[in-house]
Amino acid sequence: MSDPTHPGAPVLEVADLSVTFGSGPSAVRAVRGLNYEVRPGEVLGIVGESGSGKSVASMAVMGLLPPHARVSGSVKLLGTELLGASDKRLAAFRGRTISMVFQDPLSALTPVYRVGDQIAEALTVHQDLTRAEARKRAVELLDLVGIPHPAERATAFPHEFSGGMRQRAVIAMAIANDPDVIICDEPTTALDVTIQAQVLDVLRKAQRETGAAIVMITHDLGVVAGFVDRVLVMYAGRPVEIGSVDEVYYHPLMPYTMGLLGSVPRLDQGERGRLTPIDGNPPSPAALPPGCPFEPRCRLAVPECRLAEPPLRPVRHSRHLAACIRAGEIERGVVTTVPKLPEIPEEGEERPPRESRRVVLGVEDLVKHYPLTRGAVFKRRVGTVEAVAGVSFDLREGETLGLVGESGCGKTTTLMEILKLARPQGGRVVVLGRDISGLVAADRMSVRRDMQVVFQDPMSSLDPRMTVYDILAEPLRAHRVREPGPRVRDLLRLVGLEPEHAARYPQDFSGGQRQRIGIARALALEPRLVVLDEPVSALDVSIQAGVINLLEELKARLGLSYLFVAHDLSVVRHIADRVAVMYLGRIAEVGQVDRVYDTPMHPYTQALLSAVPLPDPVVERARRRILLEGDLPSPADPPSGCRFRTRCPLYKAIGETERLRCVHEEPRVRPMGGDHGAACHYAESLDVV
Amino acid sequence: MSGHVTLPDEQLAEQSSPGGVGVAVPSRGRVVARRFFGSWGGRAGFALLAVMFLAAFAGPLVYPWGYTDKDFTAFLTPPSPSHWFGTLQTGADVFAVTMRGMQKSLVVGLLAALVSTALAAIVGAFAGYFLGWTDRVLMWVADLLLVLPAFLILAVMSPLFAAGQWPLFVVMLALFLWMVTSKVVRGMTLSLKEREFILAARFMGVSPTRIVFRHVIPNLSSLLVVDATLNVSAAILTETGLSYFGFGIQPPDVSLGTLIADGSKTATYAPWTFWFAAGLLIVTVLAVNLIGDALRDAFDPSARRAR
Ligand code: SF4
Ligand code: SF4
Repeated sequence: MSDPTHPGAPVLEVADLSVTFGSGPSAVRAVRGLNYEVRPGEVLGIVGESGSGKSVASMAVMGLLPPHARVSGSVKLLGTELLGASDKRLAAFRGRTISMVFQDPLSALTPVYRVGDQIAEALTVHQDLTRAEARKRAVELLDLVGIPHPAERATAFPHEFSGGMRQRAVIAMAIANDPDVIICDEPTTALDVTIQAQVLDVLRKAQRETGAAIVMITHDLGVVAGFVDRVLVMYAGRPVEIGSVDEVYYHPLMPYTMGLLGSVPRLDQGERGRLTPIDGNPPSPAALPPGCPFEPRCRLAVPECRLAEPPLRPVRHSRHLAACIRAGEIERGVVTTVPKLPEIPEEGEERPPRESRRVVLGVEDLVKHYPLTRGAVFKRRVGTVEAVAGVSFDLREGETLGLVGESGCGKTTTLMEILKLARPQGGRVVVLGRDISGLVAADRMSVRRDMQVVFQDPMSSLDPRMTVYDILAEPLRAHRVREPGPRVRDLLRLVGLEPEHAARYPQDFSGGQRQRIGIARALALEPRLVVLDEPVSALDVSIQAGVINLLEELKARLGLSYLFVAHDLSVVRHIADRVAVMYLGRIAEVGQVDRVYDTPMHPYTQALLSAVPLPDPVVERARRRILLEGDLPSPADPPSGCRFRTRCPLYKAIGETERLRCVHEEPRVRPMGGDHGAACHYAESLDVV
Repeated sequence: MSGHVTLPDEQLAEQSSPGGVGVAVPSRGRVVARRFFGSWGGRAGFALLAVMFLAAFAGPLVYPWGYTDKDFTAFLTPPSPSHWFGTLQTGADVFAVTMRGMQKSLVVGLLAALVSTALAAIVGAFAGYFLGWTDRVLMWVADLLLVLPAFLILAVMSPLFAAGQWPLFVVMLALFLWMVTSKVVRGMTLSLKEREFILAARFMGVSPTRIVFRHVIPNLSSLLVVDATLNVSAAILTETGLSYFGFGIQPPDVSLGTLIADGSKTATYAPWTFWFAAGLLIVTVLAVNLIGDALRDAFDPSARRAR
């Protein structure tokens, strides 16, 4: 098996790696026979959903698992066996030949030491440098990873860095000793998409500088597409498909890979196709089905699949392997997993035009400021956080409005202000024709009945101490519905659960099922407007697709309107009719979803869209990214005039005189044709991306 | 991690659930009761406490000696068929007085613990949930009671607890036990309040009082049950301490505390005057702890179910 693109001996070889937690019948076999190798300069992506064992495997490679985990197999770094090596031997390797970038950069940095000193320490541990030399090199490294004013920032503490900056610092530390292998475990999962683009860029640069091999562990198929050379797909602790990224994405041979790729909503596809979710849930590592672990969910399963676990075998050629007994048939195109999808019920005949439909939610110049206080005993007001600074939009009957933006943009605050039904600090909120600032108690109850909410985290949004029955009956009881029993049964059926599930507790369900319960609760009172706060972002892709389909189906069947708050732009494109993009407490751009995505007008929207990775290797490699500089300014001290001007690429391109306008005059949302609007003085002068 | 622990349960429920008509779901009380009695500790603790109650209240009815009776033919005699637990120096029957003492201690201890924990839960949860003035007033009261010397006040008030006034004693005891717990409850309520299921209930239109009773307090049940368990011991011991100094339960009435206090003087040469009362006190605390543990698990659906 020699690789034409990356010659040379493998730097890291993992063979038959297994990790088991516990023992006896309750033993959990988290990793069951993982094989891979990476060569110098190669990037290997390991993808899998939560519980697939991908992170445990990388911890095992680094020797970072707790002592009660039993690890077997072999991990060879430059020909030296790491498994079972003494701590001292390992320490000599860690940070020097192999280094790691974690999902949470805070855990990799010690809070009480200055960032520069930590990098300098990483250097002096493995290299013979004087303190001054190490300091100087640390500053150079910080500069390399794109931290502005590196000499100054080196003296800062980790908590003074933003999330993106911290991850850069961790990368600087990881490449400090010019390692041969860098293992990145979900390095961008906790970051916003524009910051993710920056960090991926830094990683690419770091790899170019060091020539290291990278093992990139992630659940994000988009990140993998543009970043890696080869992909390894893990399922239930085992690799189920390995191959070059193009082959795996365009000609997958394992039904699970095909299912994963089919269930991702895509940013670049506007048509309202249904997503193809993978049925069921991943198996528990403690109770694996006999035979192929994917068999219970596989659409192509045949009785033989249950006999023995299919080995990972070369299918097309020696470098594309799949663990499926029908891979050969799939390769020849004899069978495919494309299922017949349940049709979305058509929404009546032609919907009346938008203008003639009723406004179910109108928001006008909504303002929410928080006082910024300092001091524990005597609270002094030291400033104001302008979380929401004049936001307007409307949502009409039967429509889905996606409210998108990165963390800190004020989308959640906006949502809470609407849901609270209290008089806003400024502006107006009108729900179903009623202004919420003038509501008396009885009216408020009836508005609550018509407007329901689904939260992000399906675990924390369901009271763990209540049975599903009580959870679903609660809104009914609160609104004095007698005999909630039959309704609870109908609701469970409606969201695709069994009525017998009513007696169980939320913890007995998987994430996707819990979210279905959350949706059922929101529908209990037959509302007309449902507010969805990141309803699928806590779910794995294969499960997420099912919930998105359910939401679309329910909307069509029950004539609902959705306010859909999300940070995932692909999901929004898939589900929303209109979209409003927020930046720092204001609307940057709003309009019909296909128009905004195909011809974004505002420089921020353009950058945001270009930063979202697509699960399509060829397209992804050819894409031009608009990288935004720096981080979100503090909402306590927003820039004057246009709030985006500190990071705006267009601002840099225009002349002095035009810039004055950006600095002094706050742009309002201007119509750009139809109901499309953008809050930028120079929006029309932009080329369409 | 919970995924693999719960899966067998899930399958179990799948097999045992009745065919899909209606949604027959037992109420929360029934579920808790079933799980409580499903556990070994719950059954044992409950049985132990029941036996003690029975002995304390029914025992004297069938026993020939009353707690005020004196046998002038037997002073300080060891246990015998006519005096099961022996007699005291005064000729009083130890079994009769111990049962009487246990009546008082059980009732005082359990009631004071329940009242104080309930008070702590309600005050803490309301203060934490509503904040503002409710919070300030309630926490001010708690602070005030914390700085008052409880023992001294109870001692000063002791004449009021004479004959038949024990409910007042219970209330006073409870009044000095709840403050610290209520502060803990308040703190936990503050973080619980941010949880999405509380927000969900609020946005659904559930009234704030209902949220406190249906969501906040049940989710603190582990803490509260542990607290109540400890409070039973604390109340009995406080009462014992007060009685030891001659406050608390006033003669001719007795409690385990007064008995232990008196018995400790003669314990070395007449162990029966001390050890029966002390032993029963220990058994009471043990039973209450068993019940507490079982109750805590019964309230918590994520605790391993008894099979
Ligand atoms: S071996 Fe069978 S069950 Fe497993 S993926 Fe292939 S077809 Fe599906
Ligand atoms: S108004 Fe100026 S700074 Fe703001 S987005 Fe437009 S060009 Fe950029």
